[in-house]
This record gives sequence, structure tokens and C-alpha cells, in this order.
Amino acid sequence: MLDITNMTKVFYPGTVNEKMAIDDVSLHVNKEDVVCVVGSNGSGKSTLFNLVSGTYPLTSGKIIFDGTDVTNSAEYKRAMTIGRIFQDPTKGTAANMSIEDNMITAATKGMKGLRISLNNEKREMFRRLLEPIGLQDRLKDNVGLLSGGQRQALTLLMTVMSKPKMVLLDEHTAALDPRNAQIVMDLTERYIKEYKLTALMVTHNMQFAIDFGTRLIMMDEGNIILDVSGEEKSKLTVNKLVRLFKSLRNKTFDSDQGLLTKG
Amino acid sequence: MLEGIFVDGLVFSLMVIGILISYRILDFADLTCDGSVATGAAVATMAIVNGLPIALALLLSFIAGVLAGMVTAAIHNKLKIPGLLAGILTMTMLYSINLRILGNKANVPLLRVETIYTKLPQFFTVFSPEWASLIGTLLVVLFVKVLIDIFFRTDLGVSMGAMGGNEQMVISQGINPEALKLMGIGLSNGLIALSGGMLAQYQGFADANLGQGMIVQGLAAIMLGEFLFSTNRISLLTLRAIFGAIMYKALMFFGRKYGYLIHITPNDFKMLTGILVIVSLFIAQGRSLASSKGAKKKAIARSIARHEATLKEEN
Repeated sequence: MLDITNMTKVFYPGTVNEKMAIDDVSLHVNKEDVVCVVGSNGSGKSTLFNLVSGTYPLTSGKIIFDGTDVTNSAEYKRAMTIGRIFQDPTKGTAANMSIEDNMITAATKGMKGLRISLNNEKREMFRRLLEPIGLQDRLKDNVGLLSGGQRQALTLLMTVMSKPKMVLLDEHTAALDPRNAQIVMDLTERYIKEYKLTALMVTHNMQFAIDFGTRLIMMDEGNIILDVSGEEKSKLTVNKLVRLFKSLRNKTFDSDQGLLTKG
Repeated sequence: MLEGIFVDGLVFSLMVIGILISYRILDFADLTCDGSVATGAAVATMAIVNGLPIALALLLSFIAGVLAGMVTAAIHNKLKIPGLLAGILTMTMLYSINLRILGNKANVPLLRVETIYTKLPQFFTVFSPEWASLIGTLLVVLFVKVLIDIFFRTDLGVSMGAMGGNEQMVISQGINPEALKLMGIGLSNGLIALSGGMLAQYQGFADANLGQGMIVQGLAAIMLGEFLFSTNRISLLTLRAIFGAIMYKALMFFGRKYGYLIHITPNDFKMLTGILVIVSLFIAQGRSLASSKGAKKKAIARSIARHEATLKEEN
């Protein structure tokens, strides 16, 4: 599904601020893999996502997605098959428009034509889709009126509605309170199963990363330092993971421990 | 007399709808307007002077405006410079182009030729010439308004509105925002140039300096309209823009007519328009402050009531 070979990203090359954010990373993700990505702040998780979705160009390396080389293709072109949800709930929806207008924009991907496809049949479909998140009676309300949790749930719904081949979830529940985070996470799990999605998900919650998904990747200083899946992953515990991290990196862990919450 | 205000306002309203599209819907501060309104006037005037039919002349001004807007959008897209600067560049370049279109003259009159405003009285003979002009202009404006309303309800139009609200969302839906800007700013300036084409016929000449300060006047009209009612529906947004345009022209009319009483001359109008925009923004800010203060008062009242209720229960 996703094939990354020798990918490197250097920010501000040739200046005093030069920073190697991703250091020669290779990663292969199979179809229907659900990969949790953990690592402390600044380890390169978000940069990895930005490179895969095309927000930044690569410094070197290659990305092949679903059999085509997408290394140099624009972000909006990759978005046709790669869905992405950000940590910030305001990024996935347009606050100045109604829920139904947001959903009609997401119903089909790509450049739109001069048809008016929002009709009562579509509204009925949207209502059905919105039922699990309790927004079925608010089609005409502006999205700006919704809470962060509702907006993130709507974003998730809009993302899976357009049937992407892969979804990138960038700490998409981190800005929500525990209850709403749980609701959005349950929805995520449900949609991943229902639509057989391939997913990459960044999380700071180690227990969650162990329980959820089929594979776990740990990043540090722009490298993938740990990659476990299958039975090996199911045997992991938070303590084991922390010990592994220590032994792999052999550095004082005090500062990082706070960032990797045990949940 | 009063019909004149309405005709003037309706012609102006086409431009205000154009500015509404760029400024409010696409969230793109576009200054191309000052150039493209004069381009529209110049193109329509030269087409009519050279014997082309009026409808074709207006179509040509619209197309010229679309091209001007697309230049601005292309500069913004490709060089990644702010829309404001891209608009100023196009506007400045258009000044030279407009002089070229007018045959290197600053002013070309529409004398002894058929224009929309000589034809309308012949068409609606039952009405007085002033009323005929008013009805004809109203029909043109309503035609454009309905088309714009329909356009912004199509999938393409909705995605343009989405881009104005959140560009990242549009990218995430696989839409190229650059293409949307090219079309949206093109459409906006097409309407502005169409308004210029009508204006030239109404006032009987095209002038290379016609566009000076137009963007500020347009913004003033939009803000005046926004005092009337609040809405997020496109049909009401365009209606509000039309009302705002007429209100602005009425204000200017009475300023011209009675301004001398307080020593105001038409020379002061640009200053006054600017002040009008500032005052409108000030009032809008005051309103949102006032409503949050009102909410605070209500919240305090609610908590006091709750507190008293619990006290009563305890007793």
C-alpha cells in the first residue's frame, strides 16, 4: 500500500537553524495495516505525516503509494486517496458553512462541477450517517456552532465518506476532553473495521498504542527505532516499551517519560 | 430624481456583488477592482463606439474583467505573494492597459451612439425615461443576482465557499485551491468590469481614472448592507449587497445635495467614505462586545438565581 524508501527531510538547509527532521527512513505499510506511531515531541512523527500527505516536499527519497510514485505530486492530488485528520478540530471543516454544505463538499473528492447535488435524497443519507454522532437534526446549522468533539467526529465522518485508501490520524483526539476523545476513538475503530481502512495514527498514549491496531512504530530523532507487529505486539506492556526505548536509546528518560503518558 | 439614485445604486451593486465574492466569500482581499472597473468601462465604450451591439459590449467587458482577475490570482498562486500585493500589481498595470484600450486618451465620450440607457426608454415606452432606465437596470441586476445565487449553490460554488472558510479542508478533499481562486477572483472581477461597462453607459463616458477608490466604496456598501440583517444564505447575502449599494449611493446623493450646508464638497467624499468604513467596523466591533457583555450579565443573573434557589431550599 505505502512504500517509503530512504526518505530524508532537512529543514532550513544551509542555515544555522538546519534541522534533520527525518533521517533516511524506510517504511512499508501493507493494506489494512493499522499502525500506531509513538515518540516524544520533535521525534519526527508529524513531519512523517506531512511528507506522506505532501504538505512539504522531500529532501531526498521516494514515496510509492498504491503502486504509483507520489514523491512529487501535489498535496491536493494525494488527498484524493489519502485522508488526513489533524489534531486541531477546526482544520477539517469549514466553520462558515452548514453541516450539509460541508458534507456535500466531502461526498465526492476532486474538483467539483456546476451540478447542484445537494438534494433531499442526499440529505436523508447525511442524516443517517450523522446519527451515530447525534447531529442528524442539525444539517442546516453552521459548523462553527459545534463543539470541538462534534467537529472532529464530523471530520472523521467526512473523511471516511469519501472512501480513502489510507487515513492519517495525527493525534486527532488530543485536543478533546476524555469523554469526547473516547467517542471519536470508538468511531475511528468502527470506521476502520467497517471500511477496511489502512491507517497510520500518531498517539502519545502508549497503552492505547499497544491495545489498538496491528502494528506499532516508535520514532526518535527522525528515525524509526522500533517496529513491532502481530504476536510480538500483543505481548507488549507499557513498562516493556519504556525499557525497550531506554535500551535502544540509552539516554536519560526523565524528560521524555512525562511526554509519553501511560494512559 | 430619486430614480437616479436607484439606477446609480443598482449599477454599483453589480460591483459590490463582485467585491462580496472576493472579500467575503473567498476571503481574498483583492484590489484589482480599482483597475478592472475602468477596464470594463473602457472595453464597453470602445465596443459601442465601434458599432458592436450593446449586449456583446457588456459581454466583452465581463470577459476582460475575468481575465484581469485571473492575472491577479495567477500572480498570487504562482509567486506565493499575498493577494493584496498581487491585486495592487494588476491594478497598476491595468491603468496603462485601460489607456491603451481607450486609444491613448484619458476620456472617451459616448455621444450620439446607442447605449443601453438610450435604448431602454424606447423599449419601455409606457414609462417615463427615468423609470424605463430603472426597470431595465433592475432586470439586469436581478438576472445577474439569480445566476450568482445558483452558482454558489452548485458543488463548485460550495467548494469555493469552503475555501474561503478553510483552505486546508478544500485541499483535503482533493480540490486544487489555486484553480478555485483563479475562477473565483475571475468571476468577481468579471462582475466588477460588467458594472464598469454599465456605468460608462449611464454616465455617458469612460474614464481611465474611473476606478480610483472604488474598492473602498464597495466595502462601505457591503458594510452598510450588513447592518440590515445577518445571514449565511447566499441569496440573502447578494440581496444585502444590492441594498447596501443603493444605501451608499443615496448617502452620497444627499451628501452632494445638502452637504454644502455644512461646507462638504464632492472633494471630501473619499475621506467620508473611508470614515464610513471605519465607523462601520467600529460599530460592528461594538455590537459583538455588547452581545458578549449581555451574555455575561445573563450568566451572572442565572448564577445568582441558582444561588438563591439553593438558599431557599436549605431554609
